[in-house]
Amino acid sequence: MTIPPDSIDVDQVHRDDTSDGTPFAPHDDSEVEEMLAAVGVDTVEELFDIPESVRFEESFDIDGVSEQRVRQRLRETVEQNEDYTEFLGRGHNSHYVPSIVDHISLRSEFLTSYTQYQPEITQGFLQALFEYQSVIAELTGLDVANCSMYDAATALGEAATLADRSRRADGNRVLVPDYMRDTHRDVLENYVEGAELVVEAFDTENGQVNPETLENELSEDVVLIYVENPTIEGVIEENLTEIGELSDAYGALYCIGSDPVALSLLQSPGSVGADMVVGDASVLGLSTAYGMGLGMFACDEEFLRQVPGRLVGASEDSDGTRAFTLTLQTREQHIRRERATSNICTNQAWVALRTAIHAASLGPSGLVSLAEKCHRLPERVAAELDEIDGVSAPVRDCHHFREFKARVEPDARELAADLREEGIAIHALGSDEIQISITDVNEHRTDDFVQAITEVMN
Amino acid sequence: MQRHDQTVWNDTDVDGYEPLLSEKGLKEVEIDSALPDDLTRDSLELPELSEPELARHYTRLSQMNYGIDSGPYPLGSCTMKYNPKFTEDVAALPAVSVHPDRDAESIQGTLQVFAELQEYLADIGGMDVVTLQPPAGAAGEFTGIMVAKAYHEYNDEGEQRDEVVVPASAHGTNFASAAMAGYDMVELPPGSDGRVDLDALSAAVGDSTAALMLTNPNTLGLFERDIERIADIVHEAGGLLYYDGANLNALLGRARPGDMGFDVMHFNLHKTFATPHGGGGPGAGPIGVTEDLEAFLPTPQVRERDGQYDLVEPEHTIGKVHGAMGNWLVLLKAHAYISRLGDSGLRDTSEKAVLNANYLASQIDLEIPFGPFHHEFVASAGERDAADVAKRMLDYGVHPPTTKWPEIVQEALMTEPTEAESKTSLDQLADAFNAVNEEGEQTLAEAPENTSARRIDQTSAARNPRLSWHSLDS
Repeated sequence: MTIPPDSIDVDQVHRDDTSDGTPFAPHDDSEVEEMLAAVGVDTVEELFDIPESVRFEESFDIDGVSEQRVRQRLRETVEQNEDYTEFLGRGHNSHYVPSIVDHISLRSEFLTSYTQYQPEITQGFLQALFEYQSVIAELTGLDVANCSMYDAATALGEAATLADRSRRADGNRVLVPDYMRDTHRDVLENYVEGAELVVEAFDTENGQVNPETLENELSEDVVLIYVENPTIEGVIEENLTEIGELSDAYGALYCIGSDPVALSLLQSPGSVGADMVVGDASVLGLSTAYGMGLGMFACDEEFLRQVPGRLVGASEDSDGTRAFTLTLQTREQHIRRERATSNICTNQAWVALRTAIHAASLGPSGLVSLAEKCHRLPERVAAELDEIDGVSAPVRDCHHFREFKARVEPDARELAADLREEGIAIHALGSDEIQISITDVNEHRTDDFVQAITEVMN
Repeated sequence: MQRHDQTVWNDTDVDGYEPLLSEKGLKEVEIDSALPDDLTRDSLELPELSEPELARHYTRLSQMNYGIDSGPYPLGSCTMKYNPKFTEDVAALPAVSVHPDRDAESIQGTLQVFAELQEYLADIGGMDVVTLQPPAGAAGEFTGIMVAKAYHEYNDEGEQRDEVVVPASAHGTNFASAAMAGYDMVELPPGSDGRVDLDALSAAVGDSTAALMLTNPNTLGLFERDIERIADIVHEAGGLLYYDGANLNALLGRARPGDMGFDVMHFNLHKTFATPHGGGGPGAGPIGVTEDLEAFLPTPQVRERDGQYDLVEPEHTIGKVHGAMGNWLVLLKAHAYISRLGDSGLRDTSEKAVLNANYLASQIDLEIPFGPFHHEFVASAGERDAADVAKRMLDYGVHPPTTKWPEIVQEALMTEPTEAESKTSLDQLADAFNAVNEEGEQTLAEAPENTSARRIDQTSAARNPRLSWHSLDS
């Protein structure tokens, strides 16, 4: 970083240094003259075939400034964000991203390329995406993973419309658990509106699906049953196999929401009868990034022709050498248009590359031990909090992953506000519960955290 | 990039390609957890490699990949232009990474960037209000159409207006996005000059029309000169006019969709505002709307009041189109790019992009119908297969144009050089076009010959899908 100290008035030093136009066009005046002559016009203006009445002649009042000034200004702007240690989760979780992820993914051949329309010169990215698909297939226990959706919520929306297209029986009900994140349910409802599906929440007990309660909601017109593991509260679902059997019995598709770290340890969705898996794969490769994500999407081979988004397949070149290419593109919007399996064109490919690098850098041993830590740490911290007067943790009597809820008195919101004074951010859920997420990113501050709560409660 | 590069690093017994991670070393780990056995998987089998091995693997893969930093990338309608490097440093600042549930008071910096970018884009598009939530261009289209739908429903015309009109030459995403929102599609045939035919438009719109989706300049690189008439026809029928921002790079600082009568538009930040396409994403597809549509925007919206930034819910919001607030890092890079360029830089961008397109078109020996061109043009390969032409162009060290689309030009080669190409590189591109144009059918059919892979068999890939290393024989 070469940013000058704040005492220098960079406005003064770098004023208006882009007033001559874009610094990112390599033309000099004589080349412009030659090019105009070749085209057969005197000025560039003649090439703009825009009626006078809609020409824009004014200014936006955006002053172009130097690169140095832009960097400093934006740094000063984002540094207005309070610097908290976040114990926030509820579906948006963060793990330490090793340096190799940045250094490799920022190689410009990866970063500045586009969708692999010409596979002969994009083998590198295609192979990396093929490897990403393979990692997701292994983690989910399903045959087919695509090479990204936007985020967990939009991936679920696509899963619901896939269920609508694939399921033979008539029906329009999508069942989701009452614990589901509101923001994700809201996205789901938008995604299924065009297909005229109805999203209904079913009751859960002690933060988990009770198969008997669920069965009361089931009928032949259910197209999709969705559950999460771990849930938004960090609960590990105990009846995934029974839910799979119910979905089979009623002819609904079964979709599990999860993430690659949890899947390294918890039951493989394929082994409990899931037809699809969605979730946020960017827990590997990206920090919380204000909710920017990577929608994971995997399904059984049975639904191959209905998969939304892009797929990379292995093939051969004309020398008989193994090579990779985008495949089954006849499903896509540029060929089937309004009959496409989704409208996705630009997706999250680069984030998928980062996720693959992160997964590979941990390896299976590293992934499993990270996941095991995500189980052990919250249970340990919950036990410590439970010792504090006025705190009862965990609220849910079950196994947890990354997150847990605690009951506090007198007031959760006041507690959260007091902790913010100590530089710690937690969720306050209503007036009497808090939720805490603990991973490798904030584990070094768990003692401070327990101590801060102890002091605040006293 | 080229085949000989790869043989230099052929250090294993796998011939001719960089082995998969799984071929370099898989390891199966038995799960031994504090959790009960029935809540955990039995084992996990994934590659286990050292960091040096990984660094080399991915470096080699990167060398087998072509990006805009490798050479010209004139992929029509994709606006593959140079991405300045400093924006990555801004996006990597520690204060950038915050949890999406943080309260507004504690992330004033992030919200200020949002508010400023909303303002920049509203000005550039000539729209009243902008939302940054859609995570890609097609997601922006879907959002825009959902907003239009909510508007018609609010006016008790939701049932009646069940059609969206789209020109035949439009991006495939337009059709898919409108269908996803539940609309029937009406395809508008092209006029003889490649532009919208006003009579055909008048016949296509009516009481059932929810919106017309239009790209301007259109995918042939032609400005729809009758845009004000088009707007009148659509508005008189009670429909809304949707602007597909894929080609906005051609108009920056010269004309604004809002001034042309568009009611709703999307921006492709990854195109116009030079955020890297990252091998196919992430992008960002903010939408701009007129004040009549503001109440229907996704929630939340960032608002500034007395120097404080808040998150607010629009009165009749359609809800959410992304689990959080979209692709924040892409939004930040676009903000950095716009503030670097300013007015004169934005305006110069469209000037150089349009100059480059017209110059390149003037140097190519193929038939190029219509004109003058905004930032792209469509050449015709005539009797030749445009895909073969593209494959042979690879041998000249350039990325070829978009092929076989739009279909209204025979064997289309849709070419968009962008402002970032020098005269020298445009001349190289033209040389590649012209050299290939002189070559025999056999050479084209066997191309490419100098690339890291030869012509890839798409048919067998689709017929016998092998989508993970689990499905490979080796």
